[in-house]
Amino acid sequence: MKRYESWGRYPQAPAKEIRTMFWRNDDFPIKEDRLPMLAYGKGRSYGDVCLNEGGVLVDTEHLKRLIAFDEKNGILRCEAGLGLDDILEIIVPKGWFLPVTPGTKYITVGGAIANDVHGKNHHKAGTFGRHVTQFELLRSDGRRLHCSPDENSDLFRATIGGLGLTGFITWAEFKLIPINTAGIIEEKIRFANLNEFFEISGSSDKDYEYTVAWVDCLASGEHLGRGIFMRGNHATGGFPLDPHHGVRLGVPVDFPNFVLNPLSMKLFNEAYYNVQRQKEVRLVTHYEPFFYPLDAVKRWNRIYGRRGFLQYQCVVPPTDGVEAIREIIRRIAHSGNASFLAVLKEFGDIPSPGLLSFPRRGITLTLDIPFQGMPTLQLLSRLDEIVRQVGGALYPAKDARMSAENFQTFYPQWQEFSQYIDPRFSSSFWRRVTNNQEGA
Amino acid sequence: MRNILIAGATSAIAQETAKHFAQDGDNLFLVARNPEKLQAVADDLQARGAAKVATLNMDMNAIDRHEEMWHAAEGAIGTIDTLLVAYGVLPDQQACSKDIQRTLETFQTNTLSVIALLTIAANIFADQHYGTLAVISSVAGDRGRQSNYIYGASKGALNIFLQGLRNRLYKANVHVLTIKPGMVDTPMTAHLRKGPLFTNPQAVGEKIYQAIVKRVDTLYVPWYWRWVMVVIKAIPESLFKRLSL
Repeated sequence: MKRYESWGRYPQAPAKEIRTMFWRNDDFPIKEDRLPMLAYGKGRSYGDVCLNEGGVLVDTEHLKRLIAFDEKNGILRCEAGLGLDDILEIIVPKGWFLPVTPGTKYITVGGAIANDVHGKNHHKAGTFGRHVTQFELLRSDGRRLHCSPDENSDLFRATIGGLGLTGFITWAEFKLIPINTAGIIEEKIRFANLNEFFEISGSSDKDYEYTVAWVDCLASGEHLGRGIFMRGNHATGGFPLDPHHGVRLGVPVDFPNFVLNPLSMKLFNEAYYNVQRQKEVRLVTHYEPFFYPLDAVKRWNRIYGRRGFLQYQCVVPPTDGVEAIREIIRRIAHSGNASFLAVLKEFGDIPSPGLLSFPRRGITLTLDIPFQGMPTLQLLSRLDEIVRQVGGALYPAKDARMSAENFQTFYPQWQEFSQYIDPRFSSSFWRRVTNNQEGA
Repeated sequence: MRNILIAGATSAIAQETAKHFAQDGDNLFLVARNPEKLQAVADDLQARGAAKVATLNMDMNAIDRHEEMWHAAEGAIGTIDTLLVAYGVLPDQQACSKDIQRTLETFQTNTLSVIALLTIAANIFADQHYGTLAVISSVAGDRGRQSNYIYGASKGALNIFLQGLRNRLYKANVHVLTIKPGMVDTPMTAHLRKGPLFTNPQAVGEKIYQAIVKRVDTLYVPWYWRWVMVVIKAIPESLFKRLSL
């Protein structure tokens, strides 16, 4: 049976009803009950942007048809429930790739737009929304609005990064990038501390399409901020245009809570850092393990057990933010309450088209943290303060707990955005960060 | 390369099956009633790599148009070598129990029109000495139950017809595939409560594709339905009649 929860499995906020769109030209499944509506794709956002407690989730699972694939110019038009995983199967053999991809391919096109997702190439390509050329927005009053930079451009901007609140995206069109092979030339460089990270990152942005770093969030003192920097470019040879790679493992059951404890986390982080013996490693790899290492483990969220986990992703400005990142890592290390994989990346200055998009110039840090009740929430609230003081922001797609006050500080444009919300749409997230319990 | 005619091409299972043939670069002729949905499916399969996709809007209950449909298909994509029958209705059992017209309509769609189409296709395939007849039936056709026996009988008749056809066409090198899905999460079952026994159309479509390629006789999908039905069929009628199944 399909579960309608988010990837972090916290909070549990069950919808009252699930409805389904089978065809993109179906009428919007609205009834007289006035329940708030929200589209639901694959449930891979972490917190509650994809949840609608007490309301209706409109499942987009069946809206996964291609509409047109221009193989010559690399333009794909498809229904909004189509997954990036399916898209890769279709486009890679023809020599095309996604213009931007997050760390999982199990998301829908609609979700990629609604969260204006980013990836390892943000410094070169910006967000996913930048590559969207047009889409159709179905509003609860039955109107079908064609949105592009030229047509209904306000709604186009509001819907990109609009958290699914501006209406129901039925289909979308976006541009692809050409590749010669399915391979990535990857370099992994060990860095001993944060200063080294910024050095490597700064010198990599120009020549490397993809950059990201894993940070050992449990190392403190002189090792604070050590990690492994990964950078890469599409290979021109060495791999056929084959989307398939290796086997998939699975996590068959929820892990008991004691499996992840400060010691096992410490050992994992230690091992991950030390497994690379040389300072620098260069290899050619399939794009799958490069972009989607965690997709190899189906339902990996179960390692956090039934209590679930929280993701924390912030962005802070380039200069003032350095000290903030240092302070956040210090606090996490001190708490002992982290985090398999902490990820650090410098965003570039390519503006996001979305009105409410998260990515902006600066440094972004992502952590996942097992949910342990109040102490976890208190720790993260203190991190919020640090982010807020330097004028940073948190990523709604990862959030389950930021305060309304903080959200409204991070996104001062939220009121301007509100005018584009479809009156019949809402989400658990939106009610939370606007202090609005109406309709719930 | 195959030339495939799909009757009921907008069914969720048909779409999922057809995707695999499209990926193989086959030619597809799609038949369904609703032109808008049919076009959505055709566009999808074309973009997924089908060599040629042609469509025809028609109601398969129009038995006198079946031959015309076949000619149109041959005109559009060439000699047909695979027929997939994927249309059917799932009537409300309770309503049917009191409504002769609805009961007969179920048989008209699920059984009679399919038998009519298979008769034409069987003779053509027998003459050309190759071809695959793949028909989506149901596990419900394996034994009559009070909750679903109109639908079950309409599919059960089809199962026996297909057995005979398989026997007759064996020497002519014609492959007859009876597909018996369990409960599948599709628009046809949208009104039903979904339990753990429901499976998704992708999984079913992939198995049907493989069964067509491997020339399987009878496909239970998912596989465990074969054994579930072995058990259900083994219950003596004297006991079975007392159960509320």
